[in-house]
Amino acid sequence: MNDFLAMGGYGAYVWTSYGLAAIVLVWNIRSALEAHRDARHRAERALSMAATDAATRSM
Amino acid sequence: MGTWTWFHKLSSPPHFYRIAGKMIPWFAIPAALLMAYGLYAGLVLAPADYQQGDAFRIIYVHAPAAWLSLMCYSVMAVAAAVGLVWRIKLAHALAAATAPIGASFAFLCLATGSIWGRPMWGTWWTWDARLTSQLILLFLYLGYMALRSAYDDLGKADRASAVLAVVGIVNVPIIHFSVTWWNSLHQGSTVLRKGGPAMPPSMLIPLIACFFGFTFLYAALACVRVRAEVLRRERNAHWLKDLTAPRLGAQ
Repeated sequence: MNDFLAMGGYGAYVWTSYGLAAIVLVWNIRSALEAHRDARHRAERALSMAATDAATRSM
Repeated sequence: MGTWTWFHKLSSPPHFYRIAGKMIPWFAIPAALLMAYGLYAGLVLAPADYQQGDAFRIIYVHAPAAWLSLMCYSVMAVAAAVGLVWRIKLAHALAAATAPIGASFAFLCLATGSIWGRPMWGTWWTWDARLTSQLILLFLYLGYMALRSAYDDLGKADRASAVLAVVGIVNVPIIHFSVTWWNSLHQGSTVLRKGGPAMPPSMLIPLIACFFGFTFLYAALACVRVRAEVLRRERNAHWLKDLTAPRLGAQ
């Protein structure tokens, strides 16, 4: 196990690279889902505002 | 249903939004499986390189990141050109959705390359053709995104940023051929080279799995992001009512 982590003396380089890759992958997944959720909330809000406007105008 | 009818339906935002949503698991699941296998096999099963020892294992994240950064730019530039020429909003949406993904992988490519260069070349960075052109790629992505955010009007942002994306495509072949055209510290192509890949199958198969895994991941991420872009462009469209009222699923 220690041999595996040591990576023949290149452990620090290999594990830092894989760590960065993990961060980039997680960031991509989270920020994509967040972008979609935000866009959806904004669209919902715009629609409900338009509905309220229409209701007020018809009164 | 004829091809044209199918294509026409796809180009309507509500259909596109729904189809992109349905595609997500079909891309995400193969991405997860291929990347899990490829990265595990690259780290554990593949033998150490006879010259580079275990440091070569960085290739399993570095090379797929490099590939994605170039593929994303090509997708972005072609989509932007289609958007400019035929005034297709969905094409601009795809270009805008692709940029942050490409930028993140251009960054990952540069960072892991730098970390790999330190033990192999004795330096974190050098201004040679491959490294410099890849850095320019990252700046093109950042410039594209900064230009987009400078406009309040999405239509103007789409057109202005599309011009930048299209012009910047010249950098893509420069990056690819830089190791052939100029003397570079960077090694030549390992996989796509004359005479076949310069790797035994035990190293090559995990690498190919990573290439496909990262590509599927891009497709899944692009589906999620392009849906967000469609919503931004269709803010007041009545079809959103059908979508939001019953709250069909979390996505």
